[in-house]
Amino acid sequence: MSTYHLRVNGADYAVDSDPDTPLLYVLRNELKLNGAKFGCGLGQCGSCTVTLDGAAVFSCLVPVASVGARPVGTVEGLGQGDRLGVLQQAFVDEQAAQCGYCIAGMIMRAASLLAANPAPSDAQIRRHMQPNLCRCGTHMRILRAVRRAADASRAQPPKGQP
Amino acid sequence: MTGAPPSAARRRLLAAGGSLTLVFALGRARGQAENAAGAGKLPGSLDKEAWLDAWIRIDGANRITVFTGKAELGQGIRTALLQVAAEELAVAPARLTLVMADTARTPDEGYTAGSHSMQDSGSALRHAAAEVRTILARLAARRFGVEAGAVQAADGFMRAPDGRRASYGELLAGRQIHQRATGLAAPRDPAAHTVVGKSLARIDIPAKVAGAVAYVQDLRLPGMVHARVVRPPAQGARLLGVDLDAAARLPGVLKVVRDGRFLAVIADQEYRAVKAAMALARSTRWDLPQALPAAHDTAALLRALPGAPATILARGAAGAPGRVLRAAYTRPYQLHASVGPSCAIARLHDARLTVWTHSQGVFPLRAALSELLGMPKEAVRCIHVEGSGCYGHNGADDVAADAALLARALPGRPVRVQWMREEEHAWEPFGAPMLCEVQATLGTDGRIADWQYTVHSPAHNTRPGKAGNLLAATHLERPFAAPPPKPAPQPEGAGDRNAIPYYLLPNARVAQRFLGAGPLRSSALRSLGAYGNVFAIESFMDELALAAGADPLAFRLRHLDDARAVETVREAARRFGWERWQRPGRGQQRRGRGFAFARYKNLAAYCALAVEVEVALETGLVRVVRAVAAVDCGEVVNPDGVRNQIEGGIIQSASWSLLERVGFDSREVLTRDWGAYPILRFAQAPDRIDVHLLDRPGQPFLGTGEAAQGPTAAAIANAVFDACGLRFRDLPLDRARVREAGRGR
Repeated sequence: MSTYHLRVNGADYAVDSDPDTPLLYVLRNELKLNGAKFGCGLGQCGSCTVTLDGAAVFSCLVPVASVGARPVGTVEGLGQGDRLGVLQQAFVDEQAAQCGYCIAGMIMRAASLLAANPAPSDAQIRRHMQPNLCRCGTHMRILRAVRRAADASRAQPPKGQP
Repeated sequence: MTGAPPSAARRRLLAAGGSLTLVFALGRARGQAENAAGAGKLPGSLDKEAWLDAWIRIDGANRITVFTGKAELGQGIRTALLQVAAEELAVAPARLTLVMADTARTPDEGYTAGSHSMQDSGSALRHAAAEVRTILARLAARRFGVEAGAVQAADGFMRAPDGRRASYGELLAGRQIHQRATGLAAPRDPAAHTVVGKSLARIDIPAKVAGAVAYVQDLRLPGMVHARVVRPPAQGARLLGVDLDAAARLPGVLKVVRDGRFLAVIADQEYRAVKAAMALARSTRWDLPQALPAAHDTAALLRALPGAPATILARGAAGAPGRVLRAAYTRPYQLHASVGPSCAIARLHDARLTVWTHSQGVFPLRAALSELLGMPKEAVRCIHVEGSGCYGHNGADDVAADAALLARALPGRPVRVQWMREEEHAWEPFGAPMLCEVQATLGTDGRIADWQYTVHSPAHNTRPGKAGNLLAATHLERPFAAPPPKPAPQPEGAGDRNAIPYYLLPNARVAQRFLGAGPLRSSALRSLGAYGNVFAIESFMDELALAAGADPLAFRLRHLDDARAVETVREAARRFGWERWQRPGRGQQRRGRGFAFARYKNLAAYCALAVEVEVALETGLVRVVRAVAAVDCGEVVNPDGVRNQIEGGIIQSASWSLLERVGFDSREVLTRDWGAYPILRFAQAPDRIDVHLLDRPGQPFLGTGEAAQGPTAAAIANAVFDACGLRFRDLPLDRARVREAGRGR
């Protein structure tokens, strides 16, 4: 066990963990953040997607010891309760979920795209979302939600949104 | 249940509030009319659980709680059932609390499966709520001294014409309406609906996009510990040796469990359980027999299994003159492949077991667990908590059994078991393989003069109810044997679901050769046999149309006489632009259009589908470019909810049909991750899907969740044929198969 200092959603945390523990388990069990989900533990499905220094990563493959000072972003950091972030609201507006298990990962994958490219083409959105799996078949709505969020963000630049 | 006294659980609830028994003579109304067929039968699940206060309870503060035995599986049923109850109770949906599937609190509605929820629970809630509203109106009328007809219900209050009002809670004064439903109260006139028929936003989505506690995976109970199971490499494997100490000495390990071939570790932290399970797995030695059939050809595999054909339809006579066509179609073992592997938490405390589970059937699971642990049913409580979408009988019940066994090994502590990806891929009960053989005679009038069809398939339903249906129970030192599976009767059927065509066929014989358990465990996967049977029938309809020189659409209409079916087919064709469709110029990818239709189970939703595909023969890649569906599911409660289900069904079935096949060799299952068993990703998703609903206000709800699975497979195969002249009769139309068939074309 060692102590690790993590910066998650803009807040600092100290957690005691075995060094090889994947970030996913630390986020879920130590920080009690539910957004990132266990899906495969193999980097094949994207359910566990979070941002690390703004880029989307599979948190199931990132040992906590390797995170260092890089800021971690989870879906909880985009908005909560009545104050949802632009992407979260777009997923609600498009009703882009069935079981919803993959959705937090989808949103974080999309967040990394919009942070780097606020005006993606439809083809760019599709290509960027490729690592993440949805089994319910909500793909069309997810693509529409990302499109909607991109358009909304450009129309009204968000304040303090990652 | 009718006639039985309230259950023990119900009595406990009743003791808390007191009850009110009022019997009013209610006029004959729609509730009865709708059920004229079954004399005295109450609508939906009311027939099994008639007590009104089993469904609806109102407290003194006017808080209204609605109970259903059905479970939210991601299909949106929570929202739709709330809409139905809110409409009849004349309150906003947000005012209601809905309690779902809990053996201690809700009615027993069996499984949430088979597209039954709206028919069973929606109908029950509609009529229970209508009756509660009617009773409240009578109480109010008595209080106000007016005619019952003069009282208006709105926002949880009954109002007199002069403006006096009383809340539902005040009228009941803390008591409950403890009387049996009569089915005689009139539901609201569909023309006056304000909540039903509207696309109310799903109430569960905001929490899911914000990372709130939404799934059983997210529950954290005080003192909870984490467990992982080490499975045999295959069902027939024998454990030769294991070093329990290899895991026991690792940090955080609380217990290593061995009972026969059932091996597990319990640890204080989740990843420590993962590591300890890996260490335990490395220490095992197995005898792995060659117990599986070497044949990878689905048809050969199924033909070799024993089973006698049973006739499910015999109409007219054989031997009509005409041109005879024959074909055989197959569908391999396929996965539910939930994105989130199965998970459960169990706690044994004071000789009572509580299980938090995403099972589709908490009551049957309770029965199986009580047998497994030798505990009375009353001492076991199963509470449904959402999991990842299941699409049928996946690992949900099995992981609940794992958790129950491990909770028994570590009493007092909540034990959380999370299956790993490899476990879910290798051990969930698979969708059953199918071989569909069909022969038809085309008469000189261009109609089908004779039809003969046999479906060969192992079990499509091995759900619990019995301990032997739970995976871990079959691995114990004193194992429970899996009960021999049985075929399900028509009209719903299982492997033979939708094996009888919905077409006019004066001479037809349909048989099922039920193959029992099969070499690999199989159970209910969304739509059961309807997927393979509709694929076969609707592919063959196109083959017959071609032989008859007819347009596939016109050929189908020639054989349909149900007006709603005809309208659904025409609507899909019109919206797709079937008549005016033109093949785009020949590029690298060839385009084609395909059509298919079925009425799910021949008694639920009608679904017609037209698709346009592109086929790249060089790579073998098939992609659905566009899909247009028309659906008649009776009265629509939530149009966007139905569209979401149909869109999802189309994409999921496209994934099954283009990509999916469980791989195994003579010893074990080989497809244990998303690399070996890929499913459809964004790049292969369509450009566009449109779903058009034919709403039928006032008509019974027709289950819709599984309606698109069969038509999608056939529409794709038909479109691929249209695009490149290749007829694929074996699923999936994956890249290797298409590339191979297209070589040299």
